[in-house]
Amino acid sequence: MAKQIEVSGLDAYYGAHKAIEGITMTIEPRTVTAFIGPSGCGKSTFLRTLNRMHEVVPGARVEGKVRLEDQDLYGPDVDPVSVRRTIGMVFQRPNPFPTMSIYDNVAAGLRLNGRFSRSELDGIVESSLKGANLWNEVKDRLNKPGSGLSGGQQQRLCIARAIAVRPQVLLMDEPCSALDPISTLAIEDLISSLKQDYTIVIVTHNMQQAARVSDKTAFFNLAGQGQPGKLIEMDDTSKIFTNPGQKATEDYITGRFG
Amino acid sequence: MTTVQTGIQPISTSRRVKDRVVQALVYLAFAIAVVPLLSVLWLVVKNGLARFDLEFLTHSMRNIGARDAGGGAYHAIIGTLEQVLFASLIAVPIGLLTAVYLVEYGSGGRLSRWISFFVDVMTGVPSVVSGLFVLAFWVLALGMPFSGFAGAMALSILMMPVVVRSAEEMLRLVPNDLREASYALGVPKWRTIVKVVLPTAFTGIVTGVMLAVARVAGETAPLLLTVFFTDSINNNPFNGPQMGLPLYVFDQAGRPTDTAIDRAWTGALTLILIVMLLNLVARLIAWWRSPAKRGS
Ligand SMILES: Nc1ncnc2c1ncn2[C@@H]1O[C@H](COP(=O)(O)OP(=O)(O)OP(=O)(O)O)[C@@H](O)[C@H]1O
Ligand SMILES: [Mg+2]
Repeated sequence: MAKQIEVSGLDAYYGAHKAIEGITMTIEPRTVTAFIGPSGCGKSTFLRTLNRMHEVVPGARVEGKVRLEDQDLYGPDVDPVSVRRTIGMVFQRPNPFPTMSIYDNVAAGLRLNGRFSRSELDGIVESSLKGANLWNEVKDRLNKPGSGLSGGQQQRLCIARAIAVRPQVLLMDEPCSALDPISTLAIEDLISSLKQDYTIVIVTHNMQQAARVSDKTAFFNLAGQGQPGKLIEMDDTSKIFTNPGQKATEDYITGRFG
Repeated sequence: MTTVQTGIQPISTSRRVKDRVVQALVYLAFAIAVVPLLSVLWLVVKNGLARFDLEFLTHSMRNIGARDAGGGAYHAIIGTLEQVLFASLIAVPIGLLTAVYLVEYGSGGRLSRWISFFVDVMTGVPSVVSGLFVLAFWVLALGMPFSGFAGAMALSILMMPVVVRSAEEMLRLVPNDLREASYALGVPKWRTIVKVVLPTAFTGIVTGVMLAVARVAGETAPLLLTVFFTDSINNNPFNGPQMGLPLYVFDQAGRPTDTAIDRAWTGALTLILIVMLLNLVARLIAWWRSPAKRGS
C-alpha cells in the first residue's frame, strides 16, 4: 500500500512567478511527514506538485522530478488523473459536495471512477467512515446532506472521502486549521492510526501538532518577498525540534519569526 | 461628555434625513414598478375570465366567423406548447454547452472572448429579425414549409443568449474548491463537470431556462413570419402553418366584435397561466433535486 516518494530538483511556477525552487527530499512510506514554515513559503504549492494538482491552476507549471517508487509522476505518458487517484488529498477548508448525501460524498470517488455494486459500496463507505472516526456520529443519517455536518465532522468526512478510493499516499494541507481543539485531536488520532497503511504528508502551522503527529519534519523558508521558497532542512521530528541543524529553523520553531 | 471621551457619536441629523429620503425613494420606485404589473394582471384576469371555459380550452377557431360566439384557442395552445418545447430542445443544450465551454474550458482565451461577444450581440437582436432570418434561410432559401418547427428555430435564437448568460453566471458561482476536491479524488475533468459542477448549479440553471422560456413564449413577430397562421388544429410541428397564443391574441384583438375581443383576453390569460405553470413545474423539479429536501 504505502509507497515512498522521491523528489529531486523541483521548481514550481505560477506563470512567471517562481514559487518554490530546487526542492529535493525523500518521503518515507508508513510515516507522517510534516511541512512547516512561514506563510507564503510554498508549502501548499509543493504539496500540490506531489499529486499533480498544481497544474490545475491556469498558467502553473512544474520542473524537476517526482518519483513514486520507481515511476516518474511527471513522465510524458503519465495520466495526471491516475496520479491523483493514487495520491489523495485533504484540503484546508472542508469541502464536501453540497448536492450529495454523506453516503454519496464518501462513495463519490468510487462512483465517479467506476462501477461498484451496492454491497461493495456499503462496505467501503462504512470502513472509510470508521477509518475517519466518523461512523458512530453519522451512521443513522447517511442519507442527509454532507453540508449539514459541523466543520470538524465535514473535515473528517473529507478524509473518509479521500481514503475511500484507497490511495497510497495521503496529502493534507492544514487539515485542522478550521477546527476546534477537540476535532483537531480527533484528526490527529486519526492521522496516527492511518499511518499504518498510508504515507502521510501534512502541512501545519501548529508546531505542537507537527511535534505530536509527525515522524519527519521539513522546514521551508523564503529569502524575501517575491523570492522562491526553499527547503531549509528535513530530519527526524525529534531532532528538528530539539537540535535543528540550521539557525533559521531554530528561530522559526522558537517563535522568533514567522 | 462621554461622546468626546470615547469618540463614539450619535447618528447625525443629516444622515437620518438622507436615510429617510432614500428609503422613501426606494419604496416609491418599488410602487411604480409594481403598479403596472398588478394592473395588467388584474385587467387580464377580469376580462379573460368571461371566456375561460372548457370550450375555449378544447376547441379551435375553425368555421367560426369573426362575429360568432364560441370558439377557442386549443390550436394555439398546442402550437405554443410545441413551439416552446422545440425551441427549448434546441436552445438549452447549445446554450448550456456554450456556458460550460466559457466557464470551464475557455478561460479567457481568444475563442471564448469572441463567443462572449456574439452572445452579447445575440441578446440585442430584435425578435422580428430572428423571424426574418428563419424565413429567409429556412423557408425561402431551403424551400421548407411554414411550420411550428420553423417558429421554434426563431424562438431558439432568442432563447440561446439568455440561457448562456444565466447558466454562465450560475457555473461561475460554483466554488473552485469543489472542482479541486473532485480532481483530487482522481475524477477526470469532464466527469467533474457532469457530476459535481452541473448538479451544484442545477437550481440556478433551471431558473435561467425558465426565464428564457417565459421570454419567448410571448413572442409574436417571429411566429408571424415562420409558423404563419391558421384557425385549425395542426398537431404536426414539422409541416404546415400552426398557431401560437400570442398570434391568437394578436389576431382576435384585431377583430371588431366583442366576442373576439373576449377571446383575445382569455388567450392572454391562458398564456400567462401556461408560463406560470411551467415556472411552478421547474421550481418543483429544482426543489425535488435540492439537498434541502432531504433535510439537514
Ligand atoms: N493560485 C496562485 N496564483 C499565483 N500565485 C500563487 C497562487 N497560489 C500561491 N501563489 C503564490 O505562491 C507562493 C507560495 O504560496 P503557498 O500557498 O504555497 O504558500 P504556503 O506556504 O502554503 O502559505 P500558507 O502557510 O499561508 O498557506 C506565494 O507567494 C503565493 O503568493
Ligand atoms: Mg498553504
